[in-house]
Amino acid sequence: MILNLNIMLPEVFLTLSIFGILMIGVFVRNSFSLVFNLTTAIILITIAIILNSPNNAEKIFLESFIRDNFSNFFKVLILISTLFVLNSSKAFIFDNKINKFEYPIIILISILGMFFMLSSNDLILFYLGLEMQSLALYILASIDRDNTRSTESGLKYFVLSALSSGLLLYGCSLLYGFTGTTNFEQIADQLNKENTGSIFAMVFILVGLAFKVSAVPFHMWTPDVYEGAPTSITSFFAVVPKVAGLALLIKFMLIPFKNILFEWQSIIIFISIASMILGAVAAIVQKNIKRLLAYSSIGHIGYALAGVATGVLPGYESTIVYITIYVVMNIGAFSCLYLMKKDGEYRENISDLSGISKKHPILAFSFLIILFSLAGIPPLAGFFAKFYIFAAVLEQEMYVLAIVGLLTTVISAFYYLKVIKTIYFDDSSIIFDPIKNKIAQITVLISCSILISFFLYPSFLNNIVNTLFVQ
Amino acid sequence: MNFPILSTLIFLPIISSLFIFLSKDQKNNFSSIYISLFGSIATLLLSLFLWYSMDLSSSEFQFIEEKSWINNFIKFKLGVDGISILFIVLTTFITPICIISCINSVKDRIKEFLIAILVLETFIIGVFCSLDLVIFYLFFEAGLIPMFLIIGVWGGPKRVYSAFKFFLFTLLGSVLMLVAIIVIYWLTGTTDITSIYEIKIPKDYQNLLWLAFFSSFAVKTPMWPVHTWLPDAHVEAPTAGSVILAAILLKMAGYGFLRFSIPMFPFASEFFTPLVFTLSIIAIIYTSLVALMQDDMKKLIAYSSVAHMGYVTLGIFTLTKQGIEGSIYQMISHGLISAALFLCVGVVYDRLHSRLISKYGGLVTYLPKYSFLFLVFALAALGLPGTTGFLGEFLILTGAFQKNYLFAILATVGVVLGAAYMLWLTKRVIFGKVINEDIKSLKDTNRLEIFMLTSLAFFVVFFGFYPTPLIETLNVSVDNLINNYEQSIINISIANK
Repeated sequence: MILNLNIMLPEVFLTLSIFGILMIGVFVRNSFSLVFNLTTAIILITIAIILNSPNNAEKIFLESFIRDNFSNFFKVLILISTLFVLNSSKAFIFDNKINKFEYPIIILISILGMFFMLSSNDLILFYLGLEMQSLALYILASIDRDNTRSTESGLKYFVLSALSSGLLLYGCSLLYGFTGTTNFEQIADQLNKENTGSIFAMVFILVGLAFKVSAVPFHMWTPDVYEGAPTSITSFFAVVPKVAGLALLIKFMLIPFKNILFEWQSIIIFISIASMILGAVAAIVQKNIKRLLAYSSIGHIGYALAGVATGVLPGYESTIVYITIYVVMNIGAFSCLYLMKKDGEYRENISDLSGISKKHPILAFSFLIILFSLAGIPPLAGFFAKFYIFAAVLEQEMYVLAIVGLLTTVISAFYYLKVIKTIYFDDSSIIFDPIKNKIAQITVLISCSILISFFLYPSFLNNIVNTLFVQ
Repeated sequence: MNFPILSTLIFLPIISSLFIFLSKDQKNNFSSIYISLFGSIATLLLSLFLWYSMDLSSSEFQFIEEKSWINNFIKFKLGVDGISILFIVLTTFITPICIISCINSVKDRIKEFLIAILVLETFIIGVFCSLDLVIFYLFFEAGLIPMFLIIGVWGGPKRVYSAFKFFLFTLLGSVLMLVAIIVIYWLTGTTDITSIYEIKIPKDYQNLLWLAFFSSFAVKTPMWPVHTWLPDAHVEAPTAGSVILAAILLKMAGYGFLRFSIPMFPFASEFFTPLVFTLSIIAIIYTSLVALMQDDMKKLIAYSSVAHMGYVTLGIFTLTKQGIEGSIYQMISHGLISAALFLCVGVVYDRLHSRLISKYGGLVTYLPKYSFLFLVFALAALGLPGTTGFLGEFLILTGAFQKNYLFAILATVGVVLGAAYMLWLTKRVIFGKVINEDIKSLKDTNRLEIFMLTSLAFFVVFFGFYPTPLIETLNVSVDNLINNYEQSIINISIANK
């Protein structure tokens, strides 16, 4: 057993280093910067460990923990996005005086939870991982504890999330009751269409996961939490837990529920259509850019779920490509928000964006590219993301899903254009402070150049994603 | 030939825009104007070389470039034939003129404006070169971004509304085309246009797919009743934007009909001919009448564009050799004439800052050179023999009379209406009494403006008298298009028996 422990080396390393930096944080005074830099180093080392691990799938602990290409890809994606989210927000954290040493540590703990979720091959480990990341996220949402809005959003998130976790746990226990096992592969063997009870279990589990990725109709918390939490936390929320949640959805379709795919699919189609429509329509009236991004992320999750709804491998692959490009776009978009600073205060209203095109032309241009990419206009990466999704959806002849998806693309283009309008067409009323946050600026530029140059070699991402499902 | 001449042609403008981006801000921004002129003229010369070295006796696509792009899915495939080369040359010819026109009219953020124009040129050339549906869609849609910015940033007072309308109308039309493209891929296993020509799309799917493509091209053409974005966009766009929009962007749809709708869906094209005819005739007569009522010069020319594009769609769907050649001729001619007319409006707008017809009158006394050039283009627009405008309309009507007398006669009525609004415009602007005292102090056209307008006028008259170079270029490709079309109609009717 001990010899096999290297299979979970990334998790072991992460756990030990969390203990380590927690000690440093407690015993060293004003240790935020130290802990922060150590966290960056830990993330980099973990990426290196994962990239160096062998390619074959291996299971340990009574087959409850699995390490394969699928989980490794998502782990690396999570780590890289956390790296950018954290570093670009460093200046923001200082400015808002939330530079407590717990901040990076809690983020690491939530990542550890996601790692266990992604590697789980068993309901119990899955649930433990999910709860670990959720608990960390509750604290993160209310990290700015003197700010009532932050506290409120944390509390709101906690109450709703606890409810959904309860439902999820209930689903897990039902599943155990009907199949007599918690192992994913064995569940798959036991489940079939006659087993009506298992459909209940499936619905409960789906509700829990849909909550985590904030799909309609379980999206209510998203705009409030996005708006209330400090921007640095919001950008983490917008990216990292969603990647993990979607990965889990795919995993559930791939292994435990593969024999009752049809029932599972019809629910996901509904969720996907509802998310696309709500994400497109509700965003139009938003005035706060964080709320706008919240609704936009709901819409994007709808598209990603359309790929999952196909129930075939090309569909899952298109979802993975989609979520990867979504991560790049959202990290860029949120990094732009760190640059909107006036007299030491961060501005969040869309109308405040007017006039950055004259004062900060490069920032404005990058924001333009990111917004057009979010709208899915070619030749930017966002178009390819949507293109793969629709190619997969139409291959399964799901025309309704495709047409709804494309129409909502047009509707959502409207509100992205509205933001672009504010940036470029309106006369400036606000002059932002000179940009000091170099890392956020570099992040914006990296994200923007990835989005522009993606069309030169679009199969790059596909080549990686194609290897994920090879056993 | 192994040198990737088409890719060079496509990416030359965008590379020169990169240089503009990196160039330093100077007084009057001369460096960026020089770079963009240099880049666009180099593109023009390259496209002329391409035209010169083409084998006009072959109907095959030439200068084909093929690269693997998305694994096992889409190839990056480029190529030109007799039809597309004309549009490419038109694009590369109009762009330098637009850039010259900026020198006088664009005062604010000229560097960004030139970048937008050059990026737009890249996308447009890409549209005309691509031999793959997805690549075509990519370039077709990408053009929205720079055009949206050109209208929105440098446009007139109602620019926001116009830019949004332009963007959303076109996007809505195009997304359906994207669905159709993906469906074609799953039906035929390829998005390579030449292979799709061979494979033939099943008859049951053709009508729906044709409609999906039509929704995109009809918005872009623009056909009645989805033309309403065009007058708004034209009125608010800056001069150079209007020129590109009228001269080139509208042609992408006509080109799309020729390249995709007819060869890929011959049966559906036959089936929907009455629909296209009806819409075209309504466009010709209704928008001509609307044009009569306009008090804004740009709006009048915009409506006349809709009417002229009505002839183009009419000609294409006569599916006769004269009709199609006439349409292509009409598109080239409209490209030159409408560009010139918008430039003419731009010239007086820069001086008097008004586009209202009622503010003008009697220009001929004070701006004789300008009045002469304006008259040339106005006469060309109404189709005076000896200009390109005449030949296009004549060929289209010849084609139309072969198909349907009623529609042909109605289209001929449109010619009369066209003469009416153009002549009345000329009368009110150029001749008549001087109402506005400011006109007396106006300066006549300067050297740059004369250069732009005469170069356009030269080609309008030259190709009006000597159409052979254009027709020869087209001939074999159009023959091939019609042969293939008739062949597939015969095949289908045999299969039905």
